[in-house]
Amino acid sequence: MTALEHRQVALVDLLDRLLAGGVVITGDLTLRIADVDLVRIDLNALISSVGAQVPAPWPEES
Amino acid sequence: MTGLRYVYAVCRPFGAALEDGPAGVAGVPPRQMSHRGLIAIVSTVPEEDFAEAPLRAHLEDLEWLTATARAHQGVIDALTSVTTPLPLRLATVFRDDSGVRAMLEEREEDFHRALERLDGRVEWGVKVYAEEERKESVQEPAGDRKAVSGRDYLRQRRLRHQAHEEMRENTERFARRLHETLSGFAEDSLLHPPQNPALSKAAGRNVLNAAYLVPRSASEAFVERVDRENSGVPGVRVELTGPWAAYSFSADEGRARP
Repeated sequence: MTALEHRQVALVDLLDRLLAGGVVITGDLTLRIADVDLVRIDLNALISSVGAQVPAPWPEES
Repeated sequence: MTGLRYVYAVCRPFGAALEDGPAGVAGVPPRQMSHRGLIAIVSTVPEEDFAEAPLRAHLEDLEWLTATARAHQGVIDALTSVTTPLPLRLATVFRDDSGVRAMLEEREEDFHRALERLDGRVEWGVKVYAEEERKESVQEPAGDRKAVSGRDYLRQRRLRHQAHEEMRENTERFARRLHETLSGFAEDSLLHPPQNPALSKAAGRNVLNAAYLVPRSASEAFVERVDRENSGVPGVRVELTGPWAAYSFSADEGRARP
């Protein structure tokens, strides 16, 4: 194991599996909140909003 | 019992307590719910966080999402040390115990088939990164104001562009060959979309983001294989993650085999 990098589990690797993998259950008794498309859209919105906030051009409090 | 039921995984009965009791989602330790030869791993979670509307809001909150994903993974990890769990997707929630039991009955055959298929297997993640763009920008002579003729400038630009293209092709060829080799070694493989660097914060461009299903007993050989294939192509980095529970191979119905 020389050239390979080993790190602790990164959030992105986890989300690849938890949001795109795993068994999807759809049934009348679920709340239908495991809908992956919903989660993906929300996450995309999250990522772009985080990106937009990074430069923080002005202080939020004075 | 009030509250909703968060289900992490479905397993075969493994007749053991979960060692070192993982904290569980929302800090609620998971319990085993046995029904007709299957076990659901369940936490009772508060409705004010896990009902549809609050959950939808929470999923927009990276801190909440991170904590929940890590708690979910903590439970799956603990399960993996005693059995081969069939992990469910993040945030699979039911109204009550009878909802969980109904789900177990409804999907009984799928679960047994998937548990049979995955028994004793783990998932390894392999990612390939191209580091080309970074190197090039370092070489950009930002502070060097030496006068260069237009022709020289264009020539340099063309050479840089050629080098860049060559590196890109080498990287992609390497990634394709690596994936072919590892797919041949693994029982199954799956390509995830390349990761967004804004979220991964990883250097370089992610050109391969693959998962491989490997028998636990063959894992050491698989890892050695990845290491051996990781042979010094300049500007290429290989990352290995795992062993994971078989998240990427849990869905079995109608999955097309390439």
